Amino acid sequence: MKKSKVFWGYIVLALVIYAVVQLLINSGTVNFYYENMLITICINIMLAVSLHLVIGITGQFSIGHAGFMAIGAYLSAIGTMKLEMPFITAILLGAVVAALAGLLVGIPSLRLKGDYLAIATLGFAEIIRIVFLNIDYVGGAAGLQIMRQSSWGYAFFAVVITILVIANFTKSRHGRACIAIREDEIAADAMGINTTYYKVVAFVIGSFFAGVAGAVYAHNFYIIQPTTFGFLKSFDILILVVLGGLGSLSGSVLAAIFLTVVTTYLQGFPETRMIIYSLVLIIVMLYRPTGLLGTKEITDVFKFGKKGGSKL
Amino acid sequence: MSETLLKVDNLGITFGGLKAVQKVNMHLDRGELIGLIGPNGAGKTTTFNMLTGVYTPTEGAIVFNGTSIAGLDPYKVTRGGISRTFQNIRLFKELSVLDNVKVANHGLAKHNLLSSIFRLPTHFKGEAKMERESLSFLKIFGLDIYKDELAKNLPYGMQRRLEIARALAAGPRLLLLDEPAAGMNPQETRDLMELIAFIRKEFDLTILLIEHDMHLVMGICERIYVLDHGQLIADGTPTEIRNNPKVIEAYLGEEVTE
Ligand SMILES: Nc1ncnc2c1ncn2[C@@H]1O[C@H](COP(=O)(O)OP(=O)(O)O)[C@@H](O)[C@H]1O
Ligand SMILES: [Mg+2]
Repeated sequence: MKKSKVFWGYIVLALVIYAVVQLLINSGTVNFYYENMLITICINIMLAVSLHLVIGITGQFSIGHAGFMAIGAYLSAIGTMKLEMPFITAILLGAVVAALAGLLVGIPSLRLKGDYLAIATLGFAEIIRIVFLNIDYVGGAAGLQIMRQSSWGYAFFAVVITILVIANFTKSRHGRACIAIREDEIAADAMGINTTYYKVVAFVIGSFFAGVAGAVYAHNFYIIQPTTFGFLKSFDILILVVLGGLGSLSGSVLAAIFLTVVTTYLQGFPETRMIIYSLVLIIVMLYRPTGLLGTKEITDVFKFGKKGGSKL
Repeated sequence: MSETLLKVDNLGITFGGLKAVQKVNMHLDRGELIGLIGPNGAGKTTTFNMLTGVYTPTEGAIVFNGTSIAGLDPYKVTRGGISRTFQNIRLFKELSVLDNVKVANHGLAKHNLLSSIFRLPTHFKGEAKMERESLSFLKIFGLDIYKDELAKNLPYGMQRRLEIARALAAGPRLLLLDEPAAGMNPQETRDLMELIAFIRKEFDLTILLIEHDMHLVMGICERIYVLDHGQLIADGTPTEIRNNPKVIEAYLGEEVTE
C-alpha cells in the first residue's frame, strides 16, 4: 500500500501548511489584507481546478463556470442569512444545488457529440445571473447583504478537499475514462466507456466545487451582486485553466496563484490589470501554446528516472 | 459441437441514398477465425461499424450470443463481448501505452467512483488488478518495454500492435480486426499473424479479420467472406474463394492465385 502512504503524506503536508499560516495570522505577521489575498487564491484555485476537470481532463468546453459559482454563492447566502444555517451546511447547500444545476445542464447537452456544452453553459450562466437580478428575495441588482464568515481555515480546507477529490478522481479508472474521452471519444466508446455518463459525472463534480468556491467567496465579503458572476468572470476562470496548461491540475493551481497575486496588486488599476492579463496570455500563447505546464504535473518534474509523461 | 456466436441477417445500411452495404448474411461459430475481404470501398469497415454499434443498420439483424445487438450503443456492444481495432489507428495519443490498455480494461473493473475519490481499499485493489492485467496484455505483444511511453511516440508497427492489445483488454469473445497489418512490412506481418493465432488459442477467441492482402487471409482463415460494392459475392474455404470466378473478377487486376 505504498500509494496510500503518498496520499496520507499529502494530508500531513496540507495540515502543516494550514497550521503555519494560521499561526502567522494569529500572531499578526499575516495581516487582514494578506489573509484576504490567501482566501481569494483558494477560491480561484477551486474555480480553476473544478473547470480543469471539465475542460482539461474530459475535453468538454464549458464557458459558463461563473453560473455555478453564482448558484453556490447565492444558495449558501440564503442558507446563512435567511435560513440561519451553520456556514458548513450552507456551503454544502450551495454546492449540492450547483451540482444539480450541472446535472440539469449537462445531461441534455453532453449526450450529443460536438460543442453543445459551450452554448448551453454560456446561456445557462446568463440566465442564472438574470434570475438573481430579478428576484427581490435575494436583493435583485442591489445585492444580498452577507455576514462575513469565511476565513483562512474554511478556504484552505475547501481547497484541499477540492484538489484531493479531483486528483483522486483523475488518478483512477474513472478519470482515465474521462481522459480517453478527451483524446478520442469514438475510440473511448468502442473500448467500453460509457461516454455520456463520464462527461456528466465530470461536469457535475466540476459544478459542485464551483459551488463550494462560490459559497466561500460569498462569505468573504459583505455583499454579493449578480454582476459579479457575468461572462467576464467565466472568462477569468477559463484563462486560469488555459494558462496553466490544459490537462494539468498543478498548472491550474499555479496559474490561479500567479494571476490572483497580480490582480491583487493591481486592484487599484483595473485597466492595467486587463492589459497585463492580455499580455501574459499573448506571451504564453506565443512561447508556450500548451500553457505553463502543458499536460504535465509539477510532480513529473521530480520523476527524473521515469520516461514519458503519464499524467494519470 | 459448433455453436453460433454471431449471426448477421440481411444486414444493410444506406447513407443518403447510397447503399453502402446490403443483404449481408454471415454466421460465425465459436472459435472460428474468419476473413472478410473485398476491394477498397466494398463496405468492410462499414460492416464492422454496424457490428459494433457505431452505425445503426437501416435493415437486417445482428444477433450476438443469442441477443440482438443492432443499434446498441458501442460501449454496450463492447461490454457484451465484441471489441475491435480501427483501420486508421485511433489510440489515445497523449496517454501512456499502459494507460491505453487500462482504459479498455475499465469495463472489467469493479471499484466504483466513491471508492476512488475516498481512496478506499477496493480502489487500490481494483487499480492493482487493472495494472497487472494490462501489463500482461502488453507483454504478449512485446509492448511492456514501452509501457510508460506516450502512445503517439510508438513506432507505427507497435501502434498497430497496441490497438490489438487494447481491444483484447476489453475482454472480448469476438475480436474484430480491421486491416491490422496495414502498412507493415512482410516480416512484421508474419509476426503479427502468429500473434493473432496465439491470442485466439490463449483467450478462446472468435476472430473476424478484415485484410487487404489475400495471401495472408488465405493462409490463416478457415472461411472467408467476400464483399464487393456492399454485397456478399462469395463465402467459403480459402480454396473455394481462390477459384471463385466472381472473386477473381472483383479483384480484376490484382493477383488472386498464388
Ligand atoms: N458515414 C458515411 N457516410 C457516407 N458514406 C459512407 C459512410 N461510411 C462509409 N461510407 C461509404 O461506404 C462505402 C464503403 O466504405 P468502407 O466500409 O470504408 O469500405 P472498405 O471496404 O474499404 O472498408 C464507401 O463508398 C464509403 O464512402
Ligand atoms: Mg476499410
